Amino acid sequence: MIPFNFDYFKPDSTEEAIKTYTSEWKLGKKVVYFTGGTEVITFSRGGKMTADAVIDLKGIPDCTVLEMVGEKLIIGAAITLNQLIESDVFPLLSETARRIADHTSRNKITIGGNLMSKLNYKECILPLLVAEAVVVIVGPKGMEELPAEKLASGILEEGTFLTQIKVPVSNLNLPYTSLKRTRTTKVGYPIVSLAALIKEDRIRVAFSGLDEYPFRSAVVEATLNDRTLSDEQRISKAIAKLPTSISDDFLASKGFRKFTLGILLTEMNTVLEGQP
Amino acid sequence: MIMSNTSKYTVIPLLVNGQSHDVMVRSADTLLHTLREQIGLTGAKHACGNGDCGACTVLVDGKPMHSCLMLAVEAVSEEITTIEGLKHSEMRQAFVEQWAIQCGYCTPGFILNCHALVKEHPDADDEKIEEWLQSNLCRCTGYYEIKQAVKFVLEMNKKNG
Amino acid sequence: MQNGFHKTVGTAEQRIDAIEKSTGNVKYLGDKLTKGMLHAKVATSTEAHAIIKSINTMEAWKVPGVHAIVTGDMFPFPIGPILADRPPLAFKKVRYYGEPVAIIVAEHPYQAKQAARKIIVDYEPLPIVNSVEQAFQKDAPLIHEQSGQYTKIIDNVYPVPGTNIASHIKIRKGDFGQAWAACTDTFTATYSFNLSDHAAMETRSATVEINPDGRVIVHSTSQSPYTIKKIFNQFFNLEVGKVIVHIPMLGGAFGGKGAVQLEPLAYLASNAVGGKLVKLHFEREEDMMTAPCHIGFNATVKLGVNQEGKLMAGQYTFLIEAGAYSDQAAGITRAAALDCTGPYHIPNVWCDSYCMYTNHPYATSFRGYGHPELTFAIERTMDQFANKLKMDPIEFRLLNAIKPGHTTPTQSVLTVNNIGDAAKCITRAKELIEWTSDPVSTTKDGLIRAKGVALFWKTSTTSTNAQAGAILLFEPDGSVKLSCAAVELGQGTKTILAQIAAERLKMDVSEIHVTMEVNTQYTPHQWRTVASSTTFLAGNAVLAAADDAIRQLKKIGAVALQCSEEDLEVGNSRVYIKSDPMKGIAIKTIALGYKFPDGHTVGGQVIGTGVKMQRQLTTMDKETGFGDPGPWWSVGAQGVEIEWDERNFTYKIIKAVTVMDGGTIINPMTATQQMRGGIFLGLSIASGESFEFNEQGVIQNPDLRTYQMMRMGDQPSEYIVEFIETPSEDGPFGARGIGEYGVIGAAAALANSLSSATNVEMNKLPLTPEMIWRMKGEAYDSVQF
Repeated sequence: MIPFNFDYFKPDSTEEAIKTYTSEWKLGKKVVYFTGGTEVITFSRGGKMTADAVIDLKGIPDCTVLEMVGEKLIIGAAITLNQLIESDVFPLLSETARRIADHTSRNKITIGGNLMSKLNYKECILPLLVAEAVVVIVGPKGMEELPAEKLASGILEEGTFLTQIKVPVSNLNLPYTSLKRTRTTKVGYPIVSLAALIKEDRIRVAFSGLDEYPFRSAVVEATLNDRTLSDEQRISKAIAKLPTSISDDFLASKGFRKFTLGILLTEMNTVLEGQP
Repeated sequence: MIMSNTSKYTVIPLLVNGQSHDVMVRSADTLLHTLREQIGLTGAKHACGNGDCGACTVLVDGKPMHSCLMLAVEAVSEEITTIEGLKHSEMRQAFVEQWAIQCGYCTPGFILNCHALVKEHPDADDEKIEEWLQSNLCRCTGYYEIKQAVKFVLEMNKKNG
Repeated sequence: MQNGFHKTVGTAEQRIDAIEKSTGNVKYLGDKLTKGMLHAKVATSTEAHAIIKSINTMEAWKVPGVHAIVTGDMFPFPIGPILADRPPLAFKKVRYYGEPVAIIVAEHPYQAKQAARKIIVDYEPLPIVNSVEQAFQKDAPLIHEQSGQYTKIIDNVYPVPGTNIASHIKIRKGDFGQAWAACTDTFTATYSFNLSDHAAMETRSATVEINPDGRVIVHSTSQSPYTIKKIFNQFFNLEVGKVIVHIPMLGGAFGGKGAVQLEPLAYLASNAVGGKLVKLHFEREEDMMTAPCHIGFNATVKLGVNQEGKLMAGQYTFLIEAGAYSDQAAGITRAAALDCTGPYHIPNVWCDSYCMYTNHPYATSFRGYGHPELTFAIERTMDQFANKLKMDPIEFRLLNAIKPGHTTPTQSVLTVNNIGDAAKCITRAKELIEWTSDPVSTTKDGLIRAKGVALFWKTSTTSTNAQAGAILLFEPDGSVKLSCAAVELGQGTKTILAQIAAERLKMDVSEIHVTMEVNTQYTPHQWRTVASSTTFLAGNAVLAAADDAIRQLKKIGAVALQCSEEDLEVGNSRVYIKSDPMKGIAIKTIALGYKFPDGHTVGGQVIGTGVKMQRQLTTMDKETGFGDPGPWWSVGAQGVEIEWDERNFTYKIIKAVTVMDGGTIINPMTATQQMRGGIFLGLSIASGESFEFNEQGVIQNPDLRTYQMMRMGDQPSEYIVEFIETPSEDGPFGARGIGEYGVIGAAAALANSLSSATNVEMNKLPLTPEMIWRMKGEAYDSVQF
């Protein structure tokens, strides 16, 4: 149960959302945006956040689109994970989303919510990183398009929110794989999660669970694509080139994360080599 | 724009099991809390409050939903089904007949999820069943009987066309 | 005239609670909504070990709706079921993170929660004891400075002042030293695991209301209604008769609801608001961090054999982690000691079982009461020792299996009546798991298949005067209302008791109406619904009540039929003449007394009453453990087959076999439910469950997202359950208790199978991929990238 009260707003347009935000903010209130809201609800009951006003973005048409426009796939921030999975417009994203939380929760969790999560897993960002997606954010200063990696570690400016994700159509149906390991059972936070695809003969791969934020690393990718090395050499070299800040917590030790990553990279190679 | 204010309770309409209810809520009240405390439908259980266990599962427009992860104000104009609305479901009967019930606390949530599963996937295979039912925890049975209940209903529906 | 009645004992009668549970109609405690009720919330400690310098409630009082705030100084007296060592609210110091330090009573739950977060406590941190091993060290920080002065509530608890030992139980049987020296081969190993959680789906809650006439009305999710009355009497000076406890059906318990924690808190809360009805409901995180949990364990087992491979000597050192307070861990320490050998005949036994305080949440009973834990240690040792002796592990067990004529560690003499058939159980389990000389094989996908088994036993360690009562009230239609204080917590006890009543009364089971809820105002005394004791105690009480009712029916029937009572028989809802069954009278015409056609009457309502009390149980001798602690020993064997992926350290449980000798099985399906559910629970804990503490003694995984339990798909692909039915002379229709047993061998069998698969001894739990990876790393070179 949430131990505090807040005002709830469900605006019909981005303009209205920004206006509401601004006016509430000016009153000195703490305002949060809300799409699926699962994190707002659980964090609020758990004492990890408070809010005086909640702005639900599900009523904004821009946030609920899922369509191809020209050379881009447009995904509204309020599209639920199960909507994404069932539409299967971007198979790598479907596959990755299918392993987030549990089936019932995926009827509520939205891609926007996952990308803006305060937890650092944000697994939905992995396919976006390798597919060179851009994200659309809107704020008091107007609308802006940013590369998806800006969301990996980024906190948006006060009052801004994510409305859409745009993925180049040419990157939607490339050979791909998505792999995840948890501590034990299938439902849970990743100790390592990765999403990979092959474009122009090169593997692109992004990771979550390993470090403070999800990431894609040029050095790691260069090593993984170094054809002068054997499979095993590439993998152990790539792991050696990981950032030094690999997570070490109750879900998994640093050593086991690296070990698991080695396993997943081997699996990744097997899967990707098997694809055209 | 829909609004619901903190300073006092807001009256919102909820459509539950085909019946409309005007309920008084705080914006921060979850659907679970409201169903139980305001409408008296206590079939949905509070067990984790965190979307981890599925004991509070209800159907929202036919889809399983953790009612602890949804604000009551979000559920306005949605069609909500609780266990009390599934009295005559074959899934409920199958849970009884397949010995899928022990303490019974997880049972309503499981039945609703299973009911939605067979409706949406009449050909569900083991993988599909597991994917859906991983949303619900049971501490008593060991899941075997629950899976049997789902398979029983799937088979029966196939036979009856 | 037996045609209408069918034999119900041994029949899979549908559970009498199933339909109501499937429709969501059952009212668990949280489902009973009362307008005007006040809500309590605990503010909990943010330190694992610290002195409370001050508690500031000022900000909390400012929250609208707050009616009262209670702190430890308002009731600074320690309570407890065995050793009174725990103040309901921390007083002067806190001993675990999550310990209640204050209760807030408010109009709405959210207000109480808001206020609880505004209680400001000024702590002076103390060094913390963060493991049971650390607690045992000589220079460890002391958690209870006054441990020698605590009141002992029951016998057989021996704190060692000046240490963190809350109780030390000894077993000395035979001459261990001499026997050990004479052994031709010996084996020693150490085992351990952390505290974990019961995680019943329903969290704990209680309501208390104090009426103006002094009656205290308690509603609770408890397995121990009469213990609540006892504790309220002992510690709050309330007359026993004025404490009325109601227990609805419970949403799972697993031993975790045997402890009395919330009820005294709710009482203090209600008392603070003039006796108004107050509800204290634990959210999941509180249920995990503040309420009592499952013990942690460290065991060293030393076994020695003679030339033939017969066990001659066994030494057992158990460190039972109690956490901050002893609660039932003190009893578990004793239970683990008295069954320390497992179901093996060992003439010379030395056991030191220690109940250890740490700065972790406190532990209480958990399904199996120390036995899943000790079985893990014993059965791992049996496997390793068999390997060392180059014997088949099952043959090694069979050679040493305990039998009638042998004695237990406390020197209780075993007879054909008081122990099941251990050899038969393991032999049947061997067949069902398809045991071969090499339990390891490789599948065509390159996975390693391996099997492991475990043999186990357990007595029902009730108090020596544990008892249960039952009342059978006949209704005007001849049906029967059965009332007793057995709590329905999912195990199906009410169905079993109905079957026992129906069988003895020769009635249809549908004519027995069982009161599902317990209300101590009209249900007779029952010790508690724990320790697999209900079928035995309450079942026997029901039999006695049925016999009482039959006597009364015959008495009235004799007048109505104008014959002697000895001529009569009761069955098929009639009282009839034995030699001429066509002559008789329907029970419904005499259930409330018989009325002659001319208006005269005889008799009155038939009310059968019965009680069953344990008999000839004794306490244990302080120095040797000598005594008769339990009425019977149920035995069983379990087997697990796994498929191990050596590349990524994951495994799948393919098969889980349970063979159980529970005496006569009253209901084969509810018994099967208990066995499947039991092994599932044991496997879930063994494979993944553990509280993870950080250096400050704080649980890192206090919710069901990060405390990972088995979900659909993780369970064994196949469950096989079979019963060996060696009847118990004392049990109702020959039944023994079975409720806990399914869980007991699970961890051991899993660890044995994984040890075979990985070639590394798995002596720690939980067996997560990382734990196995680490243990393999300890044995070989750690994997380096």
